[in-house]
Amino acid sequence: MAFQVVRPAPAVAPLLKAENVSLEYDAVRATHDVSFDVYRGDRFVLLGPSGCGKSSLLKAAGGFIKPVAGRISIDGQQVEGPGPDRIVVFQEFDQLPPWKTVRENVMFPLLMTKRLNRHQAEERARHWIAKVGLAGFENAHPHTLSGGMKQRVAIARALAMQPEVLLMDEPFAALDALTRRNMQEELGRLWEELRFTLLFVTHSIEEALVVGNRILLLSPHPGQVRAELNSHQFGLSSAGSAEFQAATQRIHGLLFGGVDEAPSASEAATARITPVTSNVIPAQAGIQSAGGPAKSDYRLRGNDGAGAGADGVAARADGHGMRADGNVPRVAEKTS
Amino acid sequence: MSLVLEPPIRQEYEYTPAAASPRIAPGPAPILHRVWQQTWLRKALILAVLTIVWEAAARWQHNDLLLPSFLQTASAFIDGIASGELLDRVRISLVVLLQGYAAGVLAAFVLTALAASTRLGRDLLETLTSMFNPLPAIALLPLALLWFGLGKGSLIFVIVHAVLWPLALGAYAGFQSVPETLRMAGRNYGLSGLRLVLHILVPAALPSILSGLKIGWAFAWRTLIAAELVFGTTSGQGGLGWYIFQNRNELYTDKVFAGLAAVILIGLFIENVVFRPLESMTVRRWGMQR
Repeated sequence: MAFQVVRPAPAVAPLLKAENVSLEYDAVRATHDVSFDVYRGDRFVLLGPSGCGKSSLLKAAGGFIKPVAGRISIDGQQVEGPGPDRIVVFQEFDQLPPWKTVRENVMFPLLMTKRLNRHQAEERARHWIAKVGLAGFENAHPHTLSGGMKQRVAIARALAMQPEVLLMDEPFAALDALTRRNMQEELGRLWEELRFTLLFVTHSIEEALVVGNRILLLSPHPGQVRAELNSHQFGLSSAGSAEFQAATQRIHGLLFGGVDEAPSASEAATARITPVTSNVIPAQAGIQSAGGPAKSDYRLRGNDGAGAGADGVAARADGHGMRADGNVPRVAEKTS
Repeated sequence: MSLVLEPPIRQEYEYTPAAASPRIAPGPAPILHRVWQQTWLRKALILAVLTIVWEAAARWQHNDLLLPSFLQTASAFIDGIASGELLDRVRISLVVLLQGYAAGVLAAFVLTALAASTRLGRDLLETLTSMFNPLPAIALLPLALLWFGLGKGSLIFVIVHAVLWPLALGAYAGFQSVPETLRMAGRNYGLSGLRLVLHILVPAALPSILSGLKIGWAFAWRTLIAAELVFGTTSGQGGLGWYIFQNRNELYTDKVFAGLAAVILIGLFIENVVFRPLESMTVRRWGMQR
């Protein structure tokens, strides 16, 4: 594998900077001492099981929650409240005002922030609606659209504002699997074209790998940084490849401390298992060895079947198969 | 034989989807069935049955003073319209009613907007509605007469009281049920305070606001008629309530019924010409209400 540049050139300053951020809800700590940097053009993913405070972090970046300690800044300016430089795409479909048509929905923030007059806003709305593939639906009301189309409207509305950072809070989690895959593909295509900066929250390891170029792994109760990984090498086309499977396994191992029962990774990510911290793998070491464990892991898994989907079969055929499987990433990490 | 059920392994196959076949149009439904689908027709039928029952009961009772028949009431109603007396009374009542209703709606909007944007406003609204909502408007009438005298002022005061609290309560409940995501989306675009209320909360709470407006309208009518029954004429001009009261005193029971019918007809008119179209233009079109 070619030499991998892990650190960007020092001259580039991060666009969004979270420094030692702690968030609390009614004295319950949601995240503890979380720091990360998002650079311009990043597709930065916050990944973790439920209860790790990833959505809270995104809302704090959006200005909806105030950190009890630490600070979040954009371009050096501390985030004080919600603002149109950070547009959020939520998971819930009711983020679209139902009384506005698709076109009015896209125009709404443009008009509210007085950036454009009506005519220009209409012009821009048409452009972005076409961009997300909804041309012809401009005059439809949201309740007549499917879930995927509603999320497209929300994305068009966000992109039309040309925000500094696009914040997406599990935007595809409420969609069916086929639509989700479509939307991931399209988000990738839009990013290729526009190179916006994205902060993306998900609880699916696959989605994180496919969508992001950099992943912040959070452990739950309270949310703390577990690792920061690169995933720029993965796209939807590489899903299912050996390296992809290895990365999935590795993240799974990091989150849950070894694979005791290996369900499909996305299911596992939502399960609540307290991470075993005895075999902590330093994040930096993990990054440099990204290629390493992939090969060995795949070979072993290849014997069992092919990829995560076959794990169940392996378990039934041979009770020890799981244990060996689970140990692979750990061993690989230690040797690296 | 094995106890484990083994499904057979079958041949795989693929098809190329054929072009969509044209929709099979259902044949015309039987005429009776189609007629029965008309809501207005079914409702008219109910009204017709009620009228026949009324007419029959009145003829069987055979006492005009207690229960005039439908035909007698209808002729009294037509007479009232023709002579202009009934229309005049309706006009007087409606003018007072609309003034009181508008003032009540305005006050309710101010109160709920305050409640939606400040915490003190919320406390104020909650305290005031829990105090005054259970208080019947008519109970305030003696006080209103003391303050505003025997005239329009007193009537408007009690109508405002009748409209304000149920509408404020309904609208506020509507504001509170606006999804958090929608609020956040609004705040995301820099909306706050009155702008958030006008651009997000009011349209999102429109189903509740509309039903509050309907309830307020009904309460206003009840209060007005009751108030007119109690102190009758305002500066020599009595409204519909006074018309009913006067005719009862003079034992024109058919005219009493005609006055009541006028109240009912105005209620039907407002529901079908104002509120129903308003609903189908807004909340129904937006898919917020079925």
